[in-house]
Amino acid sequence: MTAIADRILNIPFVRRSDALRTFVVAAWLGWQIESNWADPFLFAIYSLARPIASVLILVVMYAVITDGAMEQPIFSYIYLGNALYILVSSVITGVSWAVIDDREHYRTMKQLYTAPLDGYAYLMGRGVARMLIGTISVLITIGFGLIAFHLPIRLATIDWGLLLLSTALGVASLAAMGLMLGSLTMMLARHFWAVGEMVAGSLYLFSGAIFPLEVLPPWLRPLGFVFPVTYWLEAARRALLGPQALGFPTLAHFSDWQLVGILSGMTAVLIVVSGFFYRWALHQAKEKGLIDMETAY
Amino acid sequence: MQPELLTGRKAYDETVSTTGGDGMNETLAIETRDVSRIYRLRGPRHKDDPKEIVALKDVSLEVRRGELFGLLGPNGAGKTTLIKILATLLLPTSGEAFVDGLNVVTEMQEIRRRIGMVSGGETSGYGLLTVEENLWMFARFYGLDNRTARERINMMLEVVGLTDRKRTKISDLSTGLRQKMNFVRGFVSDPHIVFLDEPTLGLDVTAAREVRSFVRQWLQDHPDRTILLTTHYMAEADELCDRLAIIDRGHVLACDTPTNLKRRLQREAIFRLRVGPLGPKPRRDEMIESVPGVRQVQVAEKNGHTDLSLILEREDVLPEVLAHLTRRGSNLISLEKREPTLEDVFIDMVGRGLDVDTSHRVDQDHE
Repeated sequence: MTAIADRILNIPFVRRSDALRTFVVAAWLGWQIESNWADPFLFAIYSLARPIASVLILVVMYAVITDGAMEQPIFSYIYLGNALYILVSSVITGVSWAVIDDREHYRTMKQLYTAPLDGYAYLMGRGVARMLIGTISVLITIGFGLIAFHLPIRLATIDWGLLLLSTALGVASLAAMGLMLGSLTMMLARHFWAVGEMVAGSLYLFSGAIFPLEVLPPWLRPLGFVFPVTYWLEAARRALLGPQALGFPTLAHFSDWQLVGILSGMTAVLIVVSGFFYRWALHQAKEKGLIDMETAY
Repeated sequence: MQPELLTGRKAYDETVSTTGGDGMNETLAIETRDVSRIYRLRGPRHKDDPKEIVALKDVSLEVRRGELFGLLGPNGAGKTTLIKILATLLLPTSGEAFVDGLNVVTEMQEIRRRIGMVSGGETSGYGLLTVEENLWMFARFYGLDNRTARERINMMLEVVGLTDRKRTKISDLSTGLRQKMNFVRGFVSDPHIVFLDEPTLGLDVTAAREVRSFVRQWLQDHPDRTILLTTHYMAEADELCDRLAIIDRGHVLACDTPTNLKRRLQREAIFRLRVGPLGPKPRRDEMIESVPGVRQVQVAEKNGHTDLSLILEREDVLPEVLAHLTRRGSNLISLEKREPTLEDVFIDMVGRGLDVDTSHRVDQDHE
């Protein structure tokens, strides 16, 4: 892994940019932290068992309630929404958790923030490892769904362009949200470590991950439409399922490319806002002397 | 009190001294002008009025290039706060500070390219990484290319005697070895200015001596570089520093060479006495301080006897002190006349020793 990072860092434009250099080194560090806690075999078992176990809980509940109606389109809707949602939690939490991890566990904030690194790129880089692990979990979960529950996904009919573009935008918007939470965490004590989980948990309810937004009371539905996750999940489901996704009511009146357009706009706004928010939070943390605080009380 | 600017370890050509565009003298590595830092702490309830803790009050200091400058003071004196401001980790509440001619508020990123920082008692990095990986990571954060990073890491590990441990995980290193690695991290970017915050804290005698030796050698090899050292170990400050500032409760009380500071007490007589138990604390007019000619007294009860450190205006005050002790039922066990130390200087200025923690005071203390 160090050799790969070395090669990337030696690319001239990466070497010359504080932000790119920081991003690559932080991604390397994040991977070391996420993958080094167990030996590779145990890590592989964990990476395989965790997503399958969590999706099975949902499948069993669905099977009990519907008396085993796995062939219904709503099953694919729930299964894929749940599988893709693994990335939401991984990316948001991965970025925001890095602040608590560095400050309270490794206590390296002083060393990091006296180095000429780009703090925004650092946090983004630290989130990469969890994003990669999340992506593997998504693939495992979908693969398991194909084999065990015969999800109606055909490789030949997948709209790869829509899938990759919407996922890239979705992940970027999630990273920006994670960065805002990470920035907020700079000013909060360690018991807010779960802020990423809390936000990801709330979005689970309002983003159409496991049920269409139409199920929510009318006054709660608008919440779902202001989150980019809703548009990403819809676009990704359409890309994977093709015509079968047309039956899902949420956002049915938008074309695929309208979804991508809205998602692009929201992502751009979130990236800009998160940049300003990070700078403001860093200034506040330095003004209040919170950069390297330890809150193990 | 405005500190005096005296010539440090090296001779400097005063004539090259010029003033930069921002008003900072270009021969200075560090300059602070009336820097204050106030922490506002709220109570557990939000409606509680915030308490103000004055960590630094109108601190003005000048550190020349090539100097090893010390900040000497007890815990809570404001030393670390000042270093954090200079290392861009903390904003000053008021005043201005410059590092290598750059403003600590508006030119943070540029400053970070030129500084290194090593603190005592810190965890040193990521325990799951090896020594080599940890140093490589920080070197890359500092913008070193791969070849330079690896060359410098290998060379510095050799200097501190850690070559055989470079593939050891940091979590498996002893405190002393971790601090050696920490030094390599702080110096690997070849910084212009290094901040050493209590660098020997928690180290045993041998490890602390090796750290001091490393610092001395580095400055000898890099005569144009500057080190700002904070410590509450007087011997360390005395041994290493060209000049030092004595700091207490956020105020700079004096700034000079260790020799000149100690010279201030040359006319006084300093004694260390071991006497029989003194018993309960007497009334104010019966205390040793009440004896005419006694300037400062430090009392420490130990295993059935009492150690006294006395600063007397003249030697002939001593018989009066001994008579006073006899009247209080004590007896002399041993007596030693000493040369003044930096701690004596500190006690003379502040009225208490360096081992007193003053970190939990509120602003009223400064009124």
